[in-house]
Amino acid sequence: MLDKTVKELGDALQRKEFSSVELTRAFLDRSKTLNNEVNAFITFDEEQTLAQAKKADKILSTDNATALTGIPIAHKDIWCAKNWITTCGSRMLENFRSPYDAHIIKRFNEYGAVTLGKTNMDEFAMGSSNETSWFGNVKNPWDLNRVPGGSSGGSAAAVSAGMAPASTGTDTGGSIRQPAALCGISGLKPTYGLVSRYGMIAFASSLDQGGPMAKSAEDLAILLEAMVSFDAKDSTSLEKPTVNYSGGINRSMNGLRIGIPKEYFSDQTAPDVQKGVAEALKEYEKMGATLVDISLPTSPLSVAAYYVIAPAEASSNLSRFDGVRYGYRAPKYSDLNDMYAKTRAQGFGAEVKRRILIGTYVLSHGYYDAYYLKAQKVRRLISQDFAHAFKTCDVIMSPTTPSTAFQIGEKASDPVQMYLSDTFTIAANLAGLPAMSIPCGLDQNQLPIGLQLIGNYFDEAQMIAAAHQYQCVTDWHLKKPPLYGV
Amino acid sequence: MEWEIVIGIETHVQLSTESKIFSGASTDVGAPPNAHACEVDLALPGVLPVLNKDAVGKAIRFGVATQATINQRSIFARKNYFYPDLPKGYQISQMEIPIVEGGKLKFHVNKTERTVNLTRAHLEEDAGKSLHEDFIGMSGIDLNRAGTPLLEIVSEPEMRSSNEAVEYAKTLHALVRWIGICEGNMQEGNFRCDANVSVRRKGDEKLGTRREIKNLNSFKFLQQAIEYEASWQMEQIEDGLAIVQATVLFDPDSGETRLMRTKEDAHDYRYFPDPDLLPLVIDDEWLIRTRASLPELPESKAKRYQSELELNGPDVASLVSSLEAATYFEATLDQFDQKTIKPAAKLIANWMNGELTASLNRAQKDFTQCPINAETLSNLIKRILDNTLSTKLARLVFEELWSGNSSVDDIITEKGFKQMSDTGEIEAYVSQVIKENSQQVADFKAGKEKALNSLVGQVMKLTKGKANPTQVNDILKTKLS
Repeated sequence: MLDKTVKELGDALQRKEFSSVELTRAFLDRSKTLNNEVNAFITFDEEQTLAQAKKADKILSTDNATALTGIPIAHKDIWCAKNWITTCGSRMLENFRSPYDAHIIKRFNEYGAVTLGKTNMDEFAMGSSNETSWFGNVKNPWDLNRVPGGSSGGSAAAVSAGMAPASTGTDTGGSIRQPAALCGISGLKPTYGLVSRYGMIAFASSLDQGGPMAKSAEDLAILLEAMVSFDAKDSTSLEKPTVNYSGGINRSMNGLRIGIPKEYFSDQTAPDVQKGVAEALKEYEKMGATLVDISLPTSPLSVAAYYVIAPAEASSNLSRFDGVRYGYRAPKYSDLNDMYAKTRAQGFGAEVKRRILIGTYVLSHGYYDAYYLKAQKVRRLISQDFAHAFKTCDVIMSPTTPSTAFQIGEKASDPVQMYLSDTFTIAANLAGLPAMSIPCGLDQNQLPIGLQLIGNYFDEAQMIAAAHQYQCVTDWHLKKPPLYGV
Repeated sequence: MEWEIVIGIETHVQLSTESKIFSGASTDVGAPPNAHACEVDLALPGVLPVLNKDAVGKAIRFGVATQATINQRSIFARKNYFYPDLPKGYQISQMEIPIVEGGKLKFHVNKTERTVNLTRAHLEEDAGKSLHEDFIGMSGIDLNRAGTPLLEIVSEPEMRSSNEAVEYAKTLHALVRWIGICEGNMQEGNFRCDANVSVRRKGDEKLGTRREIKNLNSFKFLQQAIEYEASWQMEQIEDGLAIVQATVLFDPDSGETRLMRTKEDAHDYRYFPDPDLLPLVIDDEWLIRTRASLPELPESKAKRYQSELELNGPDVASLVSSLEAATYFEATLDQFDQKTIKPAAKLIANWMNGELTASLNRAQKDFTQCPINAETLSNLIKRILDNTLSTKLARLVFEELWSGNSSVDDIITEKGFKQMSDTGEIEAYVSQVIKENSQQVADFKAGKEKALNSLVGQVMKLTKGKANPTQVNDILKTKLS
């Protein structure tokens, strides 16, 4: 039962093949064992988890069960969950027990899902390798010497290693898609505004968006239905008619126009990755889709614009971690300013401090126009590029990352190299577009390759259908890492 | 050489909304510390602000009332700085595009009308409070006030004396209460002024370097602080010293201002648009609705009272000093017809500004809590107008009314307060007085006008105040001529 998809588990639970308590117990046991090697989870809380499973079993005995009732789901430790330690991967919140539920946690609870645990992540979601976590780096189940990607590395590794049937992540510049690609799973970042950010610890508010991570596109659709809902507590949440994502996955690919942005297909990308993506595109052509050459001329500037806007917002968002009301406070200090300085010096890691410094600098008097305003202009141009491109295509496809999983430590000392691993994913965040990553091959080292799909605004359904149709004719999403379930 | 003082005022007006500007927590004061601080006010990780529309509506009211421009698209920005009672590490405010721009405020200084232009008014959230006295060796933080909506109203530097500054502040204070956007309780910090003060030689066009006096929460302190600060600056310059741009605090005990920080150590607030809040868009319908819901403003009422009712300036100024007073005045006036309305208006004004205000002040009440309602006051005025009551008797009736008796005519009958208007009856008393006061009669006949007053007084005394003094006067004069 541990290898089933969310869809299969949901059906089995409703058929009473096993109970939620049995299922949850089994996942807890497997996860706890595997976690010694993968380090995908920061927190387990068996008592709360099993209590939810018991409750779910009661619901399963009535007519009120949903597709998610009784299914254990791992949540990225960026989501506040009531009574759960919520660390955001930081020493700053090592002992922070949230007194409230994030909107999506509330939704999953309403759907009867079970919180399996809180997954490891780059500190405050700042990182592409999970090496910046205060709780140690997550290891890639395909090769324990390699990174799982980040920042939702724990959520990706957990699904990849069979520690959880599905998980949640958040994506500010690729933090769902990049680790999904590197761990060989499916992950989706919805249109900005579709999933409430209330209770998601903010990194860069105008870019952050939560989304599901799972074994298949179909599972993503099921999870997305729970996650998407208007939330009056998030002013950027959008009121949209409900979409039945899982019911719309059987669309024909015949006539689908796939945009191929020339800027995303260059020799900078590893040859195996290029090959894997090219073969995936051939599969789509076989299914009747046509490839359309498009251009996103401003995309080479996306990483630069992102590393101005995201740190700017982060520098302000992270000001609340001041040692006054909750979280870490330095044990010794001489006065108020010393308390602030020591608390933040000791509570934050190097990458977080780097971004706070960059962000503070670009917002400073005299620099604002040259950096922040200029970056916002680039951001508008990037959105315009996409708007133009979507006049001639229905979905855009590209590699998710320029390479497969890299070695732990390989890029840790070179932030710019690290930042460039998000070069294909960042533009969708800047434009607010939905995007996803699905597995589309293995490289010569048997490491997963990710195919990125970028949809038009609120056109998740089209994107998910395209991913599902691909998964109907290929089995890359079914490949398991050597460590799977061991 | 003569000096000129230049003053601009920034006022923080707490908007009287039920809940906070970005959270659902109550804005009530007096609760135990942090009882009204919800997860948003505490700035827990992951929380987000949601704008309170009532605060927006109140800001629009202010803009309409001051003939300002309402920006139909304004932007909230983050003002970043660290302070323990600022839970997010930034204050949500408005920077580049505020909700209200321009506008003007008219008021009187020594009977001369002045108009001060307003620069802008923007919405922002209040901070919490640091409590330094309650704990030994530590400070406490109370976030009940954090997130209370503020409208920061900025004037142009157009005031030239502390008197002008105080009149500006008083007029602004009356206006925000009039249009129902602020309770105006200054002790509780509902209405706080910062004064930007500079001095220059008369005739100079260039403004001097200003210093900002922070957080003045009474008109008296505003006046004292400006006067001290201006003379301090003049002395500095006369001693050959330059003024350094700075923020200062006023110490009411010493009556002096003292340095808080200079421009060098001023914060770089790193303003940028708050990505958690969408641009604030106000549609035409909202503007029209607000315009229609606004009461007639004091300026317009004052004009009307002067032209239609022929009341004088000082009378009118008191009547429009609060919406409650004006409402009471008009409700009383409504009881009179076109024929008597002007003399009635004058009498109502006299009573309201005299007896009634004095009694209300003694009882610490306002016109909405007045024990004598408008209809009752009008009945009293009617009995004065038809000569049933003299002023003196009217005062006695008023006292009865104040203590709860509500029928003017019953009081007059029961207490026998009816004015003596029968000429024959009065003549008898007059004759008696003339007979008994030969000295005064002689004095009057010798040209001493004052002697007549004494005789009138005697008649009034004899009649226990019931004789109509005008009639007594006339009869006396006739008899003595």
